[in-house]
Amino acid sequence: MNIDLTDTTSGEINVTLVKARRAMGSPAVGMVLTLVIVTDEGSHYDALKAANEASKEHPSRILVVIRRPGRSPRDRAMARLDAEVRMGGETGTGETVLLRLHGELASHAHSVVLPLLLPDAPVVVWWPADTPEHPSKDPLGTLAQRRITDAAETEDPVMALRTRAGSYAPGDTDLAWTRITLWRSVLAAALDQKQARVLRAEVQGEEYNPSTELLALWLADRLNVPVERTVSDGPGLTAVRLVTEEGDICLSRGDGALARLTVPGQPDRNVALHRRSNAELIAEELRRLDPDETYARTIRFGLDRLLAASEPTADGTAGDGGGATGGEETAEETTEKAAEGKGDGESAAESPGEAVVDRSGGKGKAKGRTR
Amino acid sequence: MTDAANPLRDAQDRRLPRIAGPSGLVIFGVTGDLSRKKLMPAVYDLANRGLLPPGFSLIGFARRDWEDQDFCQVVHDSVKQYARTPFREEVWRQLGEGMRFVPGVFDDDDAFRNLKATIEDLDKSRGTGGNFAFYLSVPPKFFPTVLQQLKKHGLTDAPDGSWRRAVIEKPFGHDLASAQELNRVVHRVFRQSDVFRIDHYLGKETVQNILALRFANTMFEPLWNRSYVDHVQITMAEDIGIGGRAGYYDGIGAARDVIQNHLLQLLALTAMEEPSSFDAKALVTEKLKVLNAVRLPKDLGRYTVRGQYQAGWQGGRRVPGYLEEEGIDPASRTDTYAAIKLEIDNRRWAGVPFYLRTGKRLGRRVTEIAVVFQRAPYSPFDATDTRELGQNALVIRVQPDEGITIRFGSKVPGTSMEIRDVTMDFAYGESFTESSPEAYERLILDVLLGDANLFPRHQEVERSWEILDPIEEYWDAHGRPEPYTAGTWGPRAADEMLARDGRSWRRP
Repeated sequence: MNIDLTDTTSGEINVTLVKARRAMGSPAVGMVLTLVIVTDEGSHYDALKAANEASKEHPSRILVVIRRPGRSPRDRAMARLDAEVRMGGETGTGETVLLRLHGELASHAHSVVLPLLLPDAPVVVWWPADTPEHPSKDPLGTLAQRRITDAAETEDPVMALRTRAGSYAPGDTDLAWTRITLWRSVLAAALDQKQARVLRAEVQGEEYNPSTELLALWLADRLNVPVERTVSDGPGLTAVRLVTEEGDICLSRGDGALARLTVPGQPDRNVALHRRSNAELIAEELRRLDPDETYARTIRFGLDRLLAASEPTADGTAGDGGGATGGEETAEETTEKAAEGKGDGESAAESPGEAVVDRSGGKGKAKGRTR
Repeated sequence: MTDAANPLRDAQDRRLPRIAGPSGLVIFGVTGDLSRKKLMPAVYDLANRGLLPPGFSLIGFARRDWEDQDFCQVVHDSVKQYARTPFREEVWRQLGEGMRFVPGVFDDDDAFRNLKATIEDLDKSRGTGGNFAFYLSVPPKFFPTVLQQLKKHGLTDAPDGSWRRAVIEKPFGHDLASAQELNRVVHRVFRQSDVFRIDHYLGKETVQNILALRFANTMFEPLWNRSYVDHVQITMAEDIGIGGRAGYYDGIGAARDVIQNHLLQLLALTAMEEPSSFDAKALVTEKLKVLNAVRLPKDLGRYTVRGQYQAGWQGGRRVPGYLEEEGIDPASRTDTYAAIKLEIDNRRWAGVPFYLRTGKRLGRRVTEIAVVFQRAPYSPFDATDTRELGQNALVIRVQPDEGITIRFGSKVPGTSMEIRDVTMDFAYGESFTESSPEAYERLILDVLLGDANLFPRHQEVERSWEILDPIEEYWDAHGRPEPYTAGTWGPRAADEMLARDGRSWRRP
């Protein structure tokens, strides 16, 4: 059922929702959360499709906020709310409302969204692209328990991760992080089986793939060892190598679907590790709504050492003999950041002291070599 | 698990799922219905959800002249047809590599030597690390043979640092003596903690939710006692007849088939005290405590009922009576319906009857636990106002349409004060995933992880038989099952049994 409302208000939309629900014969509300998607006219279709798919697992009220500030001064001066209420059929198990905010209203989205939130149920905001600087301080973000961003959808994903680290507040999460859950669980399982001390690690992936950085950071944080980040042609993440005293544990995936796990002293095995769709990622995100502390640690670990983590790239790629230009640039930047990084590391009381020492040791060597 | 040793594991990291360690599953009787419809799809679904270890291997053992590829094809077909999650080629490739088939009969030494060689080969080629679970999906009369063979060929001796586990399906005997005998046979070969008895009801989300409902909330537990509860009805009804199970069913009957395991487990979960933790030991302690407090009615003739279905119409189809089913002795006295009244002698439940009933060819397929509350002690309304008001009730719908219903009175809109029953519903399908994991997925994963929470222990099984045996003995000595027409809610005697207490069965 589709109902169009032109030049309307949140109150009218609420009335329409109740009516539509009655007409569908289900006056009860079994929805467990409100998902607010903040997007533009161009990308709302894909985002909504993914959300509807995810709502099969988590019945929810989906509010799609589409901002249309207008191009001409006249457009910008007016303010109008158009809404489209969708229920039943392809929209999954919940309700969907598309909200088009014209003109000045575009910057007051929270006034439209607030009355439409389900009573007492958690709120999740998802920015498929165009994330605000401080998700938790954004007017819509303040309404939410969980704020989902996607670093992969930005101009400079690695920079985006830095920003996220700076603005992190409990409840923030990023789809670039969600994408590596399967990798992390296979790696953790591999270490369950093979209890060897990891000496260093290497993470290989496409150049502009923030998930690769996050995985490298996670390993660095958890294992307290230097982690190299190297570049490949993808797709996405392609390999992780954990160098242990007894040999390399290697998980590599060339085709984006089936990975190969190599563990010293054990036969090679295939692991299904397909690249998941946004719908699956959102469904995973909605499964837990409490703050993800591991994400926080991982991304904060990177705040002072993110570039440092990509710095050995110069080292690694030089050895491989490819992609040296990209590496050089980073290396230069790093020299500047190195001192800064050290200072930060010491003041950040919580980050493990050993790691700092370890990393700066590695840094020194790398610097020497580049010079 | 090795959480402490593995730096990549962190209790705070709740995204990471529990993945079973390196292991394999050996299924005896792999050509059976259960294996094709439940076990194989469950294994695939687990792999698809990324919960099986890389290198997980599946060995089928059956009396077929198959090669590994034939077996692979059978699993492939059953997965395509019955799996819950979509079929993915790469998941299949991960699984397919580890599938083996061992042909043979159970007393064939060569077959077991072959099995042993296969397991050793998998340890080398797939890294299963010597960890294997043996799933005995075979009739219990073969248990001793299979177990003896496993022992004889050294398959039950786990190499250092690995495990061997046995999974057995009900029935766990047909009375106390046979159950004890079975336990002796199994425990001679496997340690107690390595034996997993599958009661697939306990793997169901709704059943696990009984514990969440009771112990994670504050609003129910204060009412969960004799001060507020009038009685409890636990029903498991099936609309099907005995189908092709004549050989197994005749002589066993509804009470042994269902009450002894499923219904008494549901009763234990509904009535038990709060366990000190959710580990297997604490749970079994509490369940056993409440089962030990179960008391049979003094007059078994008045407070137990058994029935046998007769030809009739069910849901628009003509169905035969039990005695006319193929392979049933026309003089059979087997019960296809059983209802009993139990009491629990403890401070919480003294005087609150628990009515348990189960049957085949009843109105519809449903399993539920209904906690029926006492009427309000005093009502300021006139008797006519509340004439249509029943007793408040909380119903846990175990299947189908899993969820919880609460029934209470509400004023009918209008000028007069009239109060009528209304219901408030919580449906799993509405608030959670449309496809919650199948019971077998959870249970197989738990076996591989060695987590025994959801499996009844042998003490519980033996205690359940102790409860049921006197009833069966009484039935053997007295009379015949009451006939009831297929498609109805059981014999009239069952209604009379509750009427005697001034109560009536809920229509589920």
